[in-house]
Amino acid sequence: MERQTSMQKVQGVLHKYPYLSPLIVLIVAMTVFYFANHRFLLPGNLSFLTQQTVIVGTLAIAQTLVILTAGIDLSIGAIMIFSQMVMANLAVSASASNVLPVAGQNPYLAIAIGILAGVLAGGMNGLLITRFNLPPFIVTLGTLSIWTAITLLLFKSRTIQEPEIPATLKWLGSTFQIGGFQLLYGVILMLIMYVIFGYILRSTAWGMHIYAVGDDPAAAQLTGISTKRVIFSVYLVSGLIIGIAGWVTLGRVGSASPNVDPLLNLDTITAVVIGGTSLFGGRGVLIGTLIGALIITVVENGLSLAGFDQAYRVLAVGILVILAVAVDQWIRKVKA
Amino acid sequence: MTTDLSTLQPVVEGKNIVKTFGRVVALDGANLALYPGEVLAVVGDNGAGKSSLIKCFSGAYTPDAGEMFVNGEQVQFKSTHEARVGGIETVFQTLAVAPALDIASNMYLGREIRKPGIMGSVFRSLDKKEMRAQASAHLKNLGITTLQNITQAVETLSGGQRQAVAVARAAAFGSKVIILDEPTAALGVNESARVLKMIQDLRDRGIPVILISHNMPQVFEVADRIHVARLGKRAAVVTPQTASMNDVVAIMTGAMTVPEEEQQLAPVRVPAPMA
Repeated sequence: MERQTSMQKVQGVLHKYPYLSPLIVLIVAMTVFYFANHRFLLPGNLSFLTQQTVIVGTLAIAQTLVILTAGIDLSIGAIMIFSQMVMANLAVSASASNVLPVAGQNPYLAIAIGILAGVLAGGMNGLLITRFNLPPFIVTLGTLSIWTAITLLLFKSRTIQEPEIPATLKWLGSTFQIGGFQLLYGVILMLIMYVIFGYILRSTAWGMHIYAVGDDPAAAQLTGISTKRVIFSVYLVSGLIIGIAGWVTLGRVGSASPNVDPLLNLDTITAVVIGGTSLFGGRGVLIGTLIGALIITVVENGLSLAGFDQAYRVLAVGILVILAVAVDQWIRKVKA
Repeated sequence: MTTDLSTLQPVVEGKNIVKTFGRVVALDGANLALYPGEVLAVVGDNGAGKSSLIKCFSGAYTPDAGEMFVNGEQVQFKSTHEARVGGIETVFQTLAVAPALDIASNMYLGREIRKPGIMGSVFRSLDKKEMRAQASAHLKNLGITTLQNITQAVETLSGGQRQAVAVARAAAFGSKVIILDEPTAALGVNESARVLKMIQDLRDRGIPVILISHNMPQVFEVADRIHVARLGKRAAVVTPQTASMNDVVAIMTGAMTVPEEEQQLAPVRVPAPMA
């Protein structure tokens, strides 16, 4: 064994535990913001942080799966909005001024169909990528526009207001108390999904194959893994997660509008990248993505509490992304 | 040992294999026979069809015409996976390892072991402990001692160590035949020597090996018979004892032809008992 410099040791440790650098950033950020404004760590504000993280946090699970295969999904936000509009428009009472002739459905059925819509949209991405050998960036750039347009055309750009939507659809947005904390059911669902998908990625053959395919598709193919099947299944499952995120969003926002934040896609990518997952595929852990999503919220909320303008928050997140990718590149150069 | 060499049946045999890519004829009626327990070197100039021939047996290519046999039974491989199920393991020149995964995961990539009971059947949990234990045992069996930490990511290994992982993977699962495509091309002198030693160990355990190589001294060191490919056909089969390196190069380039009765088409090595 040759001797390593301390810098190489740091590099080695970060390489082995890719969630370590985002975790350090999160802890440092929270400490700084606490000293800038003591209200930052009050239970009320911490609860608010989790509520602010829930949509991007849930969607970022899907983005992590896709990015681990060395893909990218720009259509996540558009599919999520489509899926929640399907749910809301199916469940809304027939007398309300809805646009579909099939309104007034059982709310559970509406949720199921909405999630199914997400699965189908994800499957369409997967099919275009694997069947026609198109790059994921282009396919999802196209479906981003397609689903946005379909949502506007199908639902006539109409926002469904909160009172019109049955309670079942908004249930994930209701809260319960633990100590001084107000937790959303949606946050609990998100955490459960992190546990489940973390387990799948770490401990099942499918998870192992996702890493192998993202790492080196040619090598994975030669070892007998059907790379196309793995990639297709990843987009399908990410569609499922996006559909569930649509339900979470209905609860969190309360109303269903086709004009929700179009920057959601970028925020999920930001969360994944800050969380230490490599955009080149094959490395990263899911828990890093949760930390990444929290970092975005913490920086925005902390700067806001410290009295900074919105523009500074956007600036800070931008710098973080570039730093995260730079650190990733450096870590990848590790040698034994 | 009283094994009668003339009664040995080839483990792997190819007859009149043709493979074309558009107008390029890569294989033009190529033959190949590998006998139990021997090391068969396949040499040839660039474009002589040695890689194409091997890729037909490892399932990467499907021949346009011709017949392939494994232990006398006709086979057709549509993928590397099918060839693997048929008992033919290939170590490709590119090694086909996933750099970010650890040694054990790489050895079991595509044929993972699941935990026994409900954790495996319902929750599909991998038995990482078992895979690591078995991977360690396989490496030890092959005399590979340079890999101490089985949970090390493959990208942190040297070229020779990666080669060792790929060869160990093939040896662990190659029930009938192991094909090595240019295993020493990217290696230094010491690492090459280690890989050659590994090939001899495989042979001593009774596993037949097909070795594709450009390196004549290495070929003459380990091969029992040398298959010379030229223009998509088998030009000759010789042995290190009956031909010199210059002869082999002459056959490769067409400067020399060997009449069939002077070739070594029959096996020369008494196979070691399969371990």
